[in-house]
Amino acid sequence: MSQAKVPVWVNLALIPLLNISLAFLISGLVIYAIGQDPFEAAGYMLYGAFGYNEGIGYTLYYATNFIFTGLAVSVAFKAGLFNIGGEGQAYIGGLGVGLVCLALDHTMPFYVIAPLAIIGAAVFGAAWAYIPAYLQAKRGSHIVITTIMFNFIASSLMVYLMVNWLKSPDSLSLNSRTFEENAWMPYLHSLLMPLGIDIGDSPLNGAFIWALLCCVGVWLLIWHTRWGYQLRTLGTNPTAAKYAGIDTSKVTIWVMMISGALAGFVGLNEIMGVNHSLLLNFAAGYGFAGIAVALMGRNHPFGILLAAILFGALYQGGAEVAFDMPEITPDIVVVIQGLVILFSGALEHMFKDRIEGFFIRRATAAQGK
Amino acid sequence: MTNTTTPYAIELRDISKRFGAVQANKDICLQVPKGTIHGIIGENGAGKSTLMSIIYGFYEADSGHIEVDGEIVNIRNSQEAIKAGIGMVHQHFMLVENFTVLENVILGAEGGAVLRKGIHDARTELTRLAKEYSLDIDVDMVVEDLPVGLQQRVEILKALYRGARILILDEPTGVLTPQEADHLFRILYSLKEQGVTVLLITHKLREILASTDNVSVMRQGEMVAHRETAQTNKEELAELMVGKKVRLTVNKGDATPGDTLLSAKNVSQFDAQGVKRLKNVSLELRSGEILGIAGVSGNGQSELLNVLSGITEMSEGEIHFAGATINANSPKNASQMRDMKMAHVPEDRHKMGLVTGFEAYEAAVLGYHNSDVYNGKVFMHRKVMVDECKDRMAAWDVRPPNPHLKTANFSGGNQQKIVIAREVEQNPDVLLIGQPTRGVDIGAIENIHEQIVSLRDTGKAILLVSVELDEIMALSDRILVMFDGAVVGELDAKDANERVLGLMMANAYSDDEQGESA
Repeated sequence: MSQAKVPVWVNLALIPLLNISLAFLISGLVIYAIGQDPFEAAGYMLYGAFGYNEGIGYTLYYATNFIFTGLAVSVAFKAGLFNIGGEGQAYIGGLGVGLVCLALDHTMPFYVIAPLAIIGAAVFGAAWAYIPAYLQAKRGSHIVITTIMFNFIASSLMVYLMVNWLKSPDSLSLNSRTFEENAWMPYLHSLLMPLGIDIGDSPLNGAFIWALLCCVGVWLLIWHTRWGYQLRTLGTNPTAAKYAGIDTSKVTIWVMMISGALAGFVGLNEIMGVNHSLLLNFAAGYGFAGIAVALMGRNHPFGILLAAILFGALYQGGAEVAFDMPEITPDIVVVIQGLVILFSGALEHMFKDRIEGFFIRRATAAQGK
Repeated sequence: MTNTTTPYAIELRDISKRFGAVQANKDICLQVPKGTIHGIIGENGAGKSTLMSIIYGFYEADSGHIEVDGEIVNIRNSQEAIKAGIGMVHQHFMLVENFTVLENVILGAEGGAVLRKGIHDARTELTRLAKEYSLDIDVDMVVEDLPVGLQQRVEILKALYRGARILILDEPTGVLTPQEADHLFRILYSLKEQGVTVLLITHKLREILASTDNVSVMRQGEMVAHRETAQTNKEELAELMVGKKVRLTVNKGDATPGDTLLSAKNVSQFDAQGVKRLKNVSLELRSGEILGIAGVSGNGQSELLNVLSGITEMSEGEIHFAGATINANSPKNASQMRDMKMAHVPEDRHKMGLVTGFEAYEAAVLGYHNSDVYNGKVFMHRKVMVDECKDRMAAWDVRPPNPHLKTANFSGGNQQKIVIAREVEQNPDVLLIGQPTRGVDIGAIENIHEQIVSLRDTGKAILLVSVELDEIMALSDRILVMFDGAVVGELDAKDANERVLGLMMANAYSDDEQGESA
């Protein structure tokens, strides 16, 4: 019963905070090593991410993508599946959104298109995850291998479709035609403007609200439904799942489809919310970063929300730093992001034992008195 | 460096070890004279394994010290333990299965980058050791082809090859037939004659009494008694272990068997490698009786439980249960079997019966999680589950009675009560129960045994699988013996004794001997 002695906030707040601080400390040393002032850089980063309305908007806009991919990774992980195909599922999910918008934007109003686009993202993302899931469940092909392969297939498929079918003849670049405005996900700033609230001009759009709803939905699914019960059983003890009569292949398949659907929602934010046309590589990097977000958020929707905002801030603040301090190139910003992932993900247990030990000793000593 | 007149082979002085809030070992003192077999006995969780791990350098003691031959030694890892002449045979063998005996023995002591010379030297040395201690073994055999008894001999050879003069054996007979165990003890005697000191960790009183010179008893992390084996008896040791008087028998009346509720006909099962794990097993299970399945662990009992409960599909044969015929073409899974009122307490509660990361109330519905009682249209009724769990914890005396505690944080006995309560409270017609008291304290064993008997008396059909002969003999009304996947004998519990069962379990029982014992 030793775990019971460690206060909850230690695991949920103190340890992640320590890890991040260490990441920033080393980032500071890196910046110092290339002859720049780390405090100045930190200032720009913080200001860029949270200092003004547009900055916050951008931070949350990036965070939206991280929430979707982070949730996707965590749902699969709760069932013991390591879905690293978020990248491809997001990409194909975006295709689903784009096809719905391209097909209906001349004829249908927004309130018809929006739910269909959500369904399109979910169905396409889920379908892309279904094949590796089926192969894992029925054929034993390892899901890590197949999902990563499917990222490449998704990427090639999109190039083929864009070049041969979807490219707009009016455009020089590989874009589809721009959707009509009734197929645009509304910007939050334009939604809030009539209420007299000015949040500045940013790409933050309705997909963010959907992302928050997804957090709640995933939380309910995992901890309050029998499906969640089954997936957690499978994830923590597959033998017990067989004992309980849980159909493990069935659970594997639908968990992966939910995971794929969540990743697919990235398309809502990127295609419907910002680009308003289909294009290449809009999901680049978000799928993989989702792994780090899920790790850092401890596979809990609330933790993922916080981790996603942190990553959003790194993206947005990092861009600001690279802009204001030209010596700090975007590569250095990537180094900083990498350090955060390293310390909060890969090395998360570095302090854990020592800190827990400290609290256990303290609790034991207090008991002894 | 203190040199007493007669230094002990190994002496522990005030060894203490704490894991977080748990005091695993407290001021342990132990003196083991040279060339003796010393038993250490205690319940699961009494701290025996921790103590041995300290001696072998897996853990470092928080305080206290160890003396070998009268000299203080500092053992911080297993290399240092080996250097001090200490060898250990673990409960679960640490062998590379697809290496030969010789390769296993020199692993970690190869004696240079090129194997040739090391192997040659080892072969000479092993032949000498094998002769000296009568440890007959073909050193070129691949370990996975050897029976468990011989694999254990490899472990002993490994320790001796590294110069061990003190040999620790952790629960060495758990995997052996009684005959193999006898052979092991003969080896231990010859080791003793050669001056080797043996530390024997076990919870089997019979072995302690039969084979040791001295015995020390541990309880709740403390050394509570040292006895000369000749001066003590089973009852005293059992009492010292648990700290109160215990009964080693179960009070039960005669069975009044009724209708056959479940019957299996020629059931066979092949594993993924195509090996036949279950061979033409037929049995009938009647209401109001306890059918015991005896056998050395790994002779098809687990497969039998898994096939009967629907966890694995059978390959041949058929099962009749609750009006249904189940065979390879029309299998039923575990949840369908539950719907037909079969309950199953699995052999391994950690691997199968519980999800240790779950809170108790969640683990308490495992397998019944789809039941309408616990579910609304979409969401599960958390309050219903928690309240029910609370009631059951009170009824079954689960401690602590906290439905929100993680399952992993209950002791073995209380975890087992959670599992048994879950299965029994569903009011099944047939109860399959595997190793009901493995890793359970003696106090709780008594309680569990009484529950099983009272279930029988309410007309349930109970199939009991256990590797503990005492348990099989105390509980069963009828006994089947399994060997190598097949049922090799059936007898009425009244006619059973340890010798007959032991011979049957080793498949060495002939009609002659049956005549003798009758």
